[in-house]
Amino acid sequence: MSDDRIQLPSYLDHLPDVAEYFAEIDKRKVVLSIEHLFREFDSPDSPDGKLVALSDITFKVRRNEFISVIGPSGCGKSTLIRVVAGLEDPSAGIVAVDGIPVTGPGADRGMVFQNYTLFPWLTVRKNVLFGPKMKGTRDDKATKAADEWLKLVGLTDFADLYPAQLSGGMKQRVAIARALANDPRILLMDEPFGALDAQTRASMQAHLLRIWAAAGVTVLFITHDLDEAIYLSDRIVVLGARPGRILEVIEVPVSRPRSPDQFLSGHFLATKKRLEELIHRRDNAEPDSDGELMHV
Amino acid sequence: MSAQFKGVISSVPPSEPLARILGVRKPLDAQARFWIGILAFVLPFLAWCAVSYVPFIWHPQVLVVDAGDTRIPGENSYIAVGDRVDLDVVILRNRELDSAHARRVSGDRVNPIYLQAPHAVARAMYTAFTTAPERDGDAWLHESLLQSCKVIFWGFFWSALFGLPLGVLCGTFPFFARLFEPFIDFVRYMPAPVFGALALTVLGLNDAPKITIIFIGTFFQMVLIVSNTTRAVEVSLLHAAQTLGANKRQLVWNVVVPGAVPGLYRDMRILIGWAWTYLVVAELIGEKSGLSAWLYQQQRYRHFDNVYAAIVIIGLVGLITDQFLALLGRYLFPWETGQTGLARALRAMRRALPVARLART
Repeated sequence: MSDDRIQLPSYLDHLPDVAEYFAEIDKRKVVLSIEHLFREFDSPDSPDGKLVALSDITFKVRRNEFISVIGPSGCGKSTLIRVVAGLEDPSAGIVAVDGIPVTGPGADRGMVFQNYTLFPWLTVRKNVLFGPKMKGTRDDKATKAADEWLKLVGLTDFADLYPAQLSGGMKQRVAIARALANDPRILLMDEPFGALDAQTRASMQAHLLRIWAAAGVTVLFITHDLDEAIYLSDRIVVLGARPGRILEVIEVPVSRPRSPDQFLSGHFLATKKRLEELIHRRDNAEPDSDGELMHV
Repeated sequence: MSAQFKGVISSVPPSEPLARILGVRKPLDAQARFWIGILAFVLPFLAWCAVSYVPFIWHPQVLVVDAGDTRIPGENSYIAVGDRVDLDVVILRNRELDSAHARRVSGDRVNPIYLQAPHAVARAMYTAFTTAPERDGDAWLHESLLQSCKVIFWGFFWSALFGLPLGVLCGTFPFFARLFEPFIDFVRYMPAPVFGALALTVLGLNDAPKITIIFIGTFFQMVLIVSNTTRAVEVSLLHAAQTLGANKRQLVWNVVVPGAVPGLYRDMRILIGWAWTYLVVAELIGEKSGLSAWLYQQQRYRHFDNVYAAIVIIGLVGLITDQFLALLGRYLFPWETGQTGLARALRAMRRALPVARLART
C-alpha cells in the first residue's frame, strides 16, 4: 500500500537560525506577564452557577515578540485579550506590563478590534491623532508623528477622508496606525482580519509584518486562522475550550523573514498539523516537548 | 443605454413603466422619484381646485344670498342671509315658497368645511399681512407670528438648557439614569395643559405661563429621548477610546458627546415640532396671544380665507425651517450621509469670507 503522505519534520526540530532566533528572544525583557489568570462568569445554566472562561493561564511576552493566541470557539481568547487590555477584570491572577500589575485600560496597551471601531466623526488623520490628543501632545508634533504613521500603513492620500468612505482593509490599517501612534508597550489585536475577505486578509497580513518590523512593537494577536497564526507569529499559545486553558505553547519553526511561499514548507505544514491536532482534538496525538502524551 | 452594449441581444426585455414603478421594494429611478414627488403636492392641490371650481363636486351646502320671502311661514322659514344651510333644507324651503308663489331662496353652493378657493386663499396670504386688524389693539398677523415664535423659542430654550445636559448625563452614567428617569417617566404622563391654571396663578398674565406650558410639554420627553440617543453610542467606541488612554472626562467629551450629537440634532428637530403642538394650548390660557389668538379673531369675524391662509403659512414656515435644519445637519455632520463634498464646499466658502479671514489672524 503506497503512502501518499508527505514526510514532515517534527515541529519541534528547529533549524539553527530558528534556534538562534528564539535564544535571542529569550534574552529580552519581559513586556507582558500573565500569571495564573482565572476568569469566571455567573451563569444560571451551569451546575454550580459559574462558568469558567479562563483557567490558570500563564505565559510571558517579550519585547518585540509576536505572539498569537489560537483556539476553538469558546476557548476564551477574546476574554483573555480583553482582560489584558483592562476592559474586563480577572477573577484571580496577575496581568503585569513591565512588572506593574494592570488595573484598567490604558494607552500602554493599544488595541485593534475586529470591527475597526474608528470614530466616525473624525477624519483618518484625526482618528490617528486621538491618542496623542488625549495625552496632551502639542499639535504640530502630534500631526507630524501621525503623518509618519499614516505613511507607514500606506494611507497618506486618505488622511482627510472619513472612515465611512474607506474599505475594510483601509479602516483596519487606520485602526493599527491609531493604536501605534500612542507608542504602546504592547499592541493587542483581537481577530483584526476576521471581518475581511480572503484577499484583503492576505495583503493585510503582509502589511502587518512590515509594520511590525518597522515599528519594533510587541504584538499579542488573537486569531482562529491556523495559517495566519503560523505565518505571522514567533510563538503560538494554543488554548483549549471549556474551560479555557493552555494546551501548548508552540515555537514556530519557520525562519524569518516570512513569505507566502513558506506555506508549503515542511516546518510550516508540521506546525499546522500539530495545531489541528490540538484544536480539533484528533486521537493520534504526538508527545509534546516534555515527553508526555497529550490527552485529547 | 450605454454605447458599449448597444446592439447586444438581451434576455431582459425593456421594462414597462407600470412594472418599473410598482416593483415590490424596488427603488424608483431618479426621474420617477422627481415626477412622483411633484405629483405628491400637485394632486392635493388639484383636488382642492376641483372642490372649489367645479360646481357639482362636493357642494352640499348653500351660502344664502337671498333668503326669499321671509313673510311666508313654514318649517324652514328661519333661513337668513349669510347662513350656510344644507341643500336639502333649501330645496324644502323653496317648495314652501313655490307653493305660496313667493320669491325663492338663492345663494352660492359651498363645501361644509368653509374651504376657500385657492385664489382666495392666495390673495388672503397677502392681504392677511397688510390688512389692519378689525379691532384697535388687536395684533397684526406678523406680530402674532413673531409672538408665537418668541414663546416657542423661549420654551424650547429652557427645555434644552436643562434637558440636554440632564439627558446626556443619564445616557452616560447608569447612576443618574436610575436616579432621574423613573420620576421623569412618571411626570411625563401628566398633560402639560393641566398645569395651565396653576402656571397662570403663579406666574401671572404674561408670557411666562405660556412659556412654562411649552417647557413642561417638551422637557420631560426631551430628557428621556436624549438619554436614549446618548446610550445608543456604541460601547465599543468607548472601549477603543479607553485603550487610547482617554480618562473619564475625555470619554464623555470626546467620545460620548460627539458620537451622540448627530442623533441629538435629529431629536431636537423632532422636539421643536412637538413644541409647536403645545403652542395653541399655551397661547389660549390667560391673555390670548400669538397666532392662536389671531386665528380665533379671524374665525369670529368669519374671515375663513385668512384662517386657511394662516394654516398654509404655518405649514410653509415649518417645512422651510425643517428643510433648512436638514441641510445644516448635512453640513455639520458630513460623515453621516457621505455628503462630504457639500461640507467641503461650504467650508471652503466660509474660509474665503473676509470675516473668517479676519477672525483667523
